[in-house]
Amino acid sequence: MTLWDAQVGESVRVTGLAATGSGRRRFLDLGFVPGTLIEVVRRSPLGDPVAYRVRGATIALRGVDARQILIER
Amino acid sequence: MTDSDHRETVAALQNDVSRLADKSNGDRMVTALYGRAEQIASRTVRQDAAAPSGRLTDWIDRLTTSRILGLGSMLAVLAIILWVTIAGANVPSALLATGLFWIESQLTLLFQAVGAPDWLHGFLVLGVYRGLAWVVAVMLPPMAIFFPLFTLLEDLGYLPRVAFNLDRLFQKAGTHGKQALTMAMGFGCNAAGVIACRIIDSPRERTLAIITNNFMPCNGRWPTLITMATLFVGGAVVAAQTTIAAAALAALVLFGVFVTLTVSWVLSKTVLRGLPSEFTLELPPFRRPAIGRILVRALIDRTLTVLWRAVIVAAPVGGITWLLARITIGDKALLYHASDALDGFGRALGLDGIILMAFILGLPANEIVMPIMIMAYVGAGAMLQLDSLSALKTLLVDQNGWTWLTAVCVMLFSLLHYPCGTAMLTIYRETKSVKWTLLSIFLPLGIAIGVCFAVAQTVRALGLV
Amino acid sequence: MAKSPDIGCRSCGIASCAGAQLAHGEHATTVALAGNPNVGKTSVFNALTGLRQHTGNWPGKTVARAEGSFAHNGRMFCVIDLPGTYSLSARSAEEEVARDFICFGRPEVTVVVVDATALERNLNLALQTAEITERLIVCVNLLDEAKRKKITVDLDGLAAELGVPVVGTVARAKRGINELKDLIDEVASGRLVPKPRMVEYSEEIERQVAELVPRIASLVGNALPARWVALRLLEGDRTILPRAVAHAKEINASPVPAETT
Repeated sequence: MTLWDAQVGESVRVTGLAATGSGRRRFLDLGFVPGTLIEVVRRSPLGDPVAYRVRGATIALRGVDARQILIER
Repeated sequence: MTDSDHRETVAALQNDVSRLADKSNGDRMVTALYGRAEQIASRTVRQDAAAPSGRLTDWIDRLTTSRILGLGSMLAVLAIILWVTIAGANVPSALLATGLFWIESQLTLLFQAVGAPDWLHGFLVLGVYRGLAWVVAVMLPPMAIFFPLFTLLEDLGYLPRVAFNLDRLFQKAGTHGKQALTMAMGFGCNAAGVIACRIIDSPRERTLAIITNNFMPCNGRWPTLITMATLFVGGAVVAAQTTIAAAALAALVLFGVFVTLTVSWVLSKTVLRGLPSEFTLELPPFRRPAIGRILVRALIDRTLTVLWRAVIVAAPVGGITWLLARITIGDKALLYHASDALDGFGRALGLDGIILMAFILGLPANEIVMPIMIMAYVGAGAMLQLDSLSALKTLLVDQNGWTWLTAVCVMLFSLLHYPCGTAMLTIYRETKSVKWTLLSIFLPLGIAIGVCFAVAQTVRALGLV
Repeated sequence: MAKSPDIGCRSCGIASCAGAQLAHGEHATTVALAGNPNVGKTSVFNALTGLRQHTGNWPGKTVARAEGSFAHNGRMFCVIDLPGTYSLSARSAEEEVARDFICFGRPEVTVVVVDATALERNLNLALQTAEITERLIVCVNLLDEAKRKKITVDLDGLAAELGVPVVGTVARAKRGINELKDLIDEVASGRLVPKPRMVEYSEEIERQVAELVPRIASLVGNALPARWVALRLLEGDRTILPRAVAHAKEINASPVPAETT
């Protein structure tokens, strides 16, 4: 299950990252480390991107990126 | 150690590491770093009760990014900013104009007192000085209002929400969501908008944003657009006129956005192909802006520097225009020779020769397009402005055959044509490429010609005018 | 590769900062300013140097490197405002500029600005920076925002945990800036020697690091912390070793600025 599948208002936990190399590092640097709690804050009126609360900051990711983050509810 | 020994040791070390290193080391290290950060924070940071203002940001965001009201509220913010800028700039512009033209009359007296030749007075005072006075009177008040407002929004933290709302459109067009922000900056001044494109990291997407920035009407074009919009509406109350002006401008802006996205889409499929770059947008909590500091900052940084550059570029044009209107070949001034030559082409576009001439001469600064146009119609030897809208209407409609189609085509041409001289120079400085600079000039021109032609021919074919 | 302030005195080659007025033989202490985007780093920069660089409340606004200077206690300091980055992994152009400057640009002091309201996330960068340079000061900014949100930060405790000096500021109002300048002066002159506490990684990684450190040290000397190079190697960075060696060679060749105490 990926972050993109999570619904607004849900809190989920990161279990892994599908990306590799520098793309992977980018997610890690933003705080999407396995074990981190993420809250799905809101969706853009046009559907994409979605804002997530991660480690105290609100970060918006596009669907293509959010689909790389594996989560569990 | 000798150099080759060195290299061997380095190579050996590198090999050993490659055997040792585990691919997941990077992950584990970052996790360890975060773990330690969490540990330190838990020991040194204390949060008392529920933070009230975190809720405030959340609450506001529910409006600014909501499904129904999000886009609508953005439009409302746009309309309000336009309205305030237009309404606020009216009186100061008039005052500035009066003041600067009073100075002109004093200059004339001075020239007369020293017995300076007519042509010198004409060139310097009626040409160069008047052109300058025009640009300042027209450009300064709206900028002095718009830029602080924009900076206020920036400081508040509103702009990332705009990017958040519109990013999907930009994704589809093959560009970066931050382009929404550079476009917003282009409202005040296209040159400033082009510089703002530095916030886009990927060169491909930055170039796209730079080339299309022109489709946002800068402050310099507002007078032309506003005058055209209100021309065919009755005199009525001033307040209503401002609302109409703001509404018309907003509509043009939306059209400009549409053109921007379309052109971006086409360019990203043709000459500026490439992969979409990363998009990470942080939505910071709303902060109370430091209003005093902003006003000073916006005034100095943005308004005055932009004004200065425009003045330098526009001053010569005033002089040149005066010369063109004065120097005659045969029975006509050069100006009219040119406008006659352009007339056929102009009419095909729903315009006429004089309008095209005005746009060409107005290349350095958009503000002087209207004055040049009026001057040429009136047959005066120098730029002038008419005092009332009805006088203008008489001049254009009754005496020179304008119709609503002409006004619409002028608006479209003004919105689309090409960036002003300052913006062109800025584009070259930012892209360091002749190719992209030329494209950013001729692509909009081509589009302007194409759109006006299409509109004019369609409207005529349908017998609507 | 980022250059250190590049106007050098012609006869002795000692670096000086573009904005500083220096007499011959004098040199300005270089101070690098790092931090996540949106922490008010540019406000700190403005408060220190008096240079008016605009800040907006959205990340990524500082896009070009800015330099400024200030005088304090009779010495000149040159401040380099690095691009805001979330990490020093050199993954993006901005991160590379920041990391390269801190590593190879030889700033004499590095100040990492963190946001008091988002300390946990910001500490990541501070911890990474501590692995590269010991001459580190952490500046906890936006204390007014923290107060509004009822967040309190134990600055002394933070200093103890990190092992480096910590100062709290409200850069927008210029509060704490003098204290920051004092700290910069003390660290630069060697009166105050930070001893950053290193992050401990897993047993296996630490073991591998221990193995690599002596070999790296023999190649690199004291030009760069061997531990940091080892960690980067273990991460899979193939460019760091040649660069570190080249850097070591380069700085052995040119004089190191003398420090006045």
